[in-house]
Amino acid sequence: MDHATLYDISLRIAYAYDAPAAASRAVLRMLPLTGPGQQLVTGFVDARPGPAVRRDGRDFWGNATVEIGYDTALEEVEFRFDGRVRRQRPDDGLDLSCGLSQLASELAAAQSLHPLSPQHFIGTSPRVVPVPEIAAFARAATVESGSTLAAVRALSAALHGEFTFDPEATDVTTDPAEAFRNRRGVCQDISHVMIAGLRGIGVPAGYVSGFLRTDPPPGQPRLEGTDAMHAWVRAWCGAETGWVEIDPTNDMLAGVDHVAVAVGRDYSDVSPVRGTLRSAGTHTTEHRVDVVPVG
Amino acid sequence: MPDPAARALPDLSALLTGYRPPRGVADELLRPDGSVRPVWRPLLELLAGESADGLRQRFARGEQYLRDAGVYFRQYGTGAATATDRDWPLSPLPVMISSEEWMRLSDGIAQRADLLERVMADLYGEGRLVSDGYLPAELVAGNPEWLRPLVGIRPRSGHHLHFLAFEIGRSPDGSWFVLGDRAQAPSGAGFALENRMATSRVFPDLFPAANVERLAGFFRAFRDGLNDLRDDTGGRVAILTPGQHTDTYYEHAYIARYLGFMLLEGADLTVSDGRLAVQTINRPEPISVVWRRLDSRFCDPLELDEGSTLGTPALVSALRSGAVTMANCLGSGVLESRALLAFLPRISERLLGEPLRLPNIATWWCGQPAERQYVRDNLDRMMIGPALTTRLPFDGEATTILGGKVRGGATGSIGDWLEAEGARLVGQESVTLSTTPAMEDGRLVPRPMVVRVFAARTRDGWAVMPGGYARIGGGVDPTALALQAGGSVADVWVVSDSAVKTDTLTAAAGDGALRRMPGLLPARAAENLFWLGRYVERVENGVRLLRAYHLRLDEAGRRTGPLLDHLAETLDALGLDPDEPLPEGLLTLFDASRGCAAKVRDRFSVDGWNALNDVAGTARAFAGRIECGDDAARAMSVLLRKLAGFSGLVHENMFRFTGWRFLTMGRALERAAHTAHLLAVFADPDAPDGAMDVAIEVGDSVFAHRRRYAVGTTRETVIDLLALDGGNPRSLMFQADVLAEQERLLPTADAPGQLSEAGRRILRLRTDLAVARPVELDGDRLQEMAAGIAAISDLLTLRHLG
Repeated sequence: MDHATLYDISLRIAYAYDAPAAASRAVLRMLPLTGPGQQLVTGFVDARPGPAVRRDGRDFWGNATVEIGYDTALEEVEFRFDGRVRRQRPDDGLDLSCGLSQLASELAAAQSLHPLSPQHFIGTSPRVVPVPEIAAFARAATVESGSTLAAVRALSAALHGEFTFDPEATDVTTDPAEAFRNRRGVCQDISHVMIAGLRGIGVPAGYVSGFLRTDPPPGQPRLEGTDAMHAWVRAWCGAETGWVEIDPTNDMLAGVDHVAVAVGRDYSDVSPVRGTLRSAGTHTTEHRVDVVPVG
Repeated sequence: MPDPAARALPDLSALLTGYRPPRGVADELLRPDGSVRPVWRPLLELLAGESADGLRQRFARGEQYLRDAGVYFRQYGTGAATATDRDWPLSPLPVMISSEEWMRLSDGIAQRADLLERVMADLYGEGRLVSDGYLPAELVAGNPEWLRPLVGIRPRSGHHLHFLAFEIGRSPDGSWFVLGDRAQAPSGAGFALENRMATSRVFPDLFPAANVERLAGFFRAFRDGLNDLRDDTGGRVAILTPGQHTDTYYEHAYIARYLGFMLLEGADLTVSDGRLAVQTINRPEPISVVWRRLDSRFCDPLELDEGSTLGTPALVSALRSGAVTMANCLGSGVLESRALLAFLPRISERLLGEPLRLPNIATWWCGQPAERQYVRDNLDRMMIGPALTTRLPFDGEATTILGGKVRGGATGSIGDWLEAEGARLVGQESVTLSTTPAMEDGRLVPRPMVVRVFAARTRDGWAVMPGGYARIGGGVDPTALALQAGGSVADVWVVSDSAVKTDTLTAAAGDGALRRMPGLLPARAAENLFWLGRYVERVENGVRLLRAYHLRLDEAGRRTGPLLDHLAETLDALGLDPDEPLPEGLLTLFDASRGCAAKVRDRFSVDGWNALNDVAGTARAFAGRIECGDDAARAMSVLLRKLAGFSGLVHENMFRFTGWRFLTMGRALERAAHTAHLLAVFADPDAPDGAMDVAIEVGDSVFAHRRRYAVGTTRETVIDLLALDGGNPRSLMFQADVLAEQERLLPTADAPGQLSEAGRRILRLRTDLAVARPVELDGDRLQEMAAGIAAISDLLTLRHLG
């Protein structure tokens, strides 16, 4: 297939605890999605040591979840995903999205609670509350945009220009307002800021966690965010166009190099490891990703 | 047969002089023509025939009951730290409603409860109300109480809702309407019970003959209903509470005692292999049904609010796998959203095929153009507030507009505000409430009221409690109904024309649910009782040492001599500053004792709680008022007497539950550790003159010593009496006996007859004491024993309280 790429992917997330927790629970979201443009060929999420309890399922958004439990104290634990994913190159079609001014009525017509409904992605979510400064920035950046998709691209470009990629500036709990004030952060911060900006101008927006191809194809620059899990944004561009995925950290539409793992309103819906394991005493973390094309 | 009207009736006119309900509202007591409604007559006649003094005595009986029962509410200041417990503001006059009227009302309540169940099933199921246009998607998708992890979960019981409350008021035309639905974790039913107990004491002559519908049947049916929801794995029913810091914790503890269910916090529970269990002092025991008094989003940090420390990880998962039934199911808070009231009338037609029998307050969601315009055009009779708030109208809240006036200092044009923020706002008709009589300064005055009505799912469908929890405004302003704003509460008497069935919850013979189940003691409750025992004993030891110090200080006139120094050092080492007449460290210990007791109010007698509060309060009152020396010594004697009162209540009157054993072991361990330390310090050969006497005095054995030994105190007599004599309740040997006896009776999974680790250490302590001669127990041996006592405490903690 001309437009498809196969990737072998491995993800390792490890914790070591100073004070082991007596019993612990976690929900993992580490298994890549299958949907239009992307298929999980084979793959498995695993924990070491092996958990006492394991339950596989799907969350509201359709993300694969693995709930695990340990009844005994852990000094260290590692979560891993190994698998193969096929990714097709998205069509670079014409921009048929509606104008920003028309989006509100298209949104109002979308009367559904289906996980793909834009209604979930317009208000406040656990990690993204309205920030007037970000909304003002978004308004200024998109004032000349003729369509919703053009506005989305314009905001991505504006944020990419403003932000300095800086893993030291923020941590996993930094809120978007602070990251925006400092104009520094990683993919998670830039994505949260962009989501706040899009919602601020009335565009439903959500969060995508996933992987980036580790080494760029020959002759292309290495992208930011390849050594750990990556994050980008999806924006709803009206009933006709639907959801568009865009990576503001690299200022590009998500393409054949992006492999999605989970979608949600913000990081809280998709965090790869959520649960009591993470908060048990002080801990050190190892987080490693390899995404290698195999043909 | 004399004509009833011709009976010599007390003249009501004096009583009713000046009772003038505001124009344009309904009054509970008076008809529009000014005549008295018949259901009120017996109460009014009693009031009219009562002297001012008699009334005062009646009301005092009610207040006394509430104080004895320990009913309070928490008044919040500007921060959580400034919350204080206040006397329960009961208005002693009940609200009288005829049972005929109540039946009509109940019918409407039951219909509404059915409707809410159907709405809940749809919102967490197919979502047809939204896709079919009966409810705007954004009011659900944007609602923080709509919990996505619950979508698709079908409750094991087949129902999401099992216990609901409805805040109702009466319109000027006399009909009832709903101000708000309470579906999250409705409170108030327990307080309604307490109001009933107090009010029936105010009118003990009226109540039995007044044909007042009793409340117990309702609670029994609900309790049986919850018991029916258990599966066949032997799991129990528990009440889940956020804990003692919530303003309704008193009620949680009360209702847990009343219904005989365990009161648990999220941390008491674990989910393992999809099953829910309570961590007891012995092993995890299954829980099958949870009556949830904790708001949904805090219940599971794994799938809901990840910052919550009140929940149980994987509780949602347990619900999903059908391992537990929850009353009400998680996510029910969405039904409390104010905006939902705008759509329920149409939803009722759709889901039930009939109109609402009990209407709700007229509500318009300002996200719809026509509705927004209507609100704009009728601003003068609108209350405007957040669309998704779950607070009730009249619960004062910022930026609510009332009658076109902005509360809370918001600025700008209301019209602009509505245009910009419409989707986040609802307008509600600015309703008036009926008035009911309250007694102020010996006169009847009309005060606005709302009534909270409770509905429980039972074997026979929805049962409505025949009575309720009335809230009465402190003045004529209906926005001042909240207790926080000076409102009061009242009982609601549903009065029948004929005699009613009287019963109580506990008296029913042959009641299946009354069969005895072995008690389960959650590890956390046991830990609190254990530490309560330790802290109270630690307080007592401190008080005795302080008294010994101040007595000697008083004799000497000033701090001089080695004995006073020795005492002062010992006090210092215990964190008690001898230069403070009532050391801060002692108050801290009192606080620690109260803190432990507060966490186990459901397992602890009200008398014991009151006694503990009394002595702690006395200590606090002494601080800053007493002086060193004789004054302080006398104060310590007062505290000792009060502490003895507390200990007496606990040890004479408390049932020998396993919890009592932990309390007792905590006390014995603390006393043993303290006595070993006391002997090491004061019975040391190098200790200053008079130290032996201090040891005997602090060990509360002066009298026993005089009886037992014909000589003055010597090291050997002191050691013999305070360490080795098993007949002395202050001795080490006695504590070791107590520990051995109680530890042996703890439930255990170990093989019967086999000693536990703690049991082994206790046996060793007893053996050492049994074979020791006084002369052998030197300071080193005493320190060794103290270490052994600490080890027993650690082993008990590890085995049962971990």
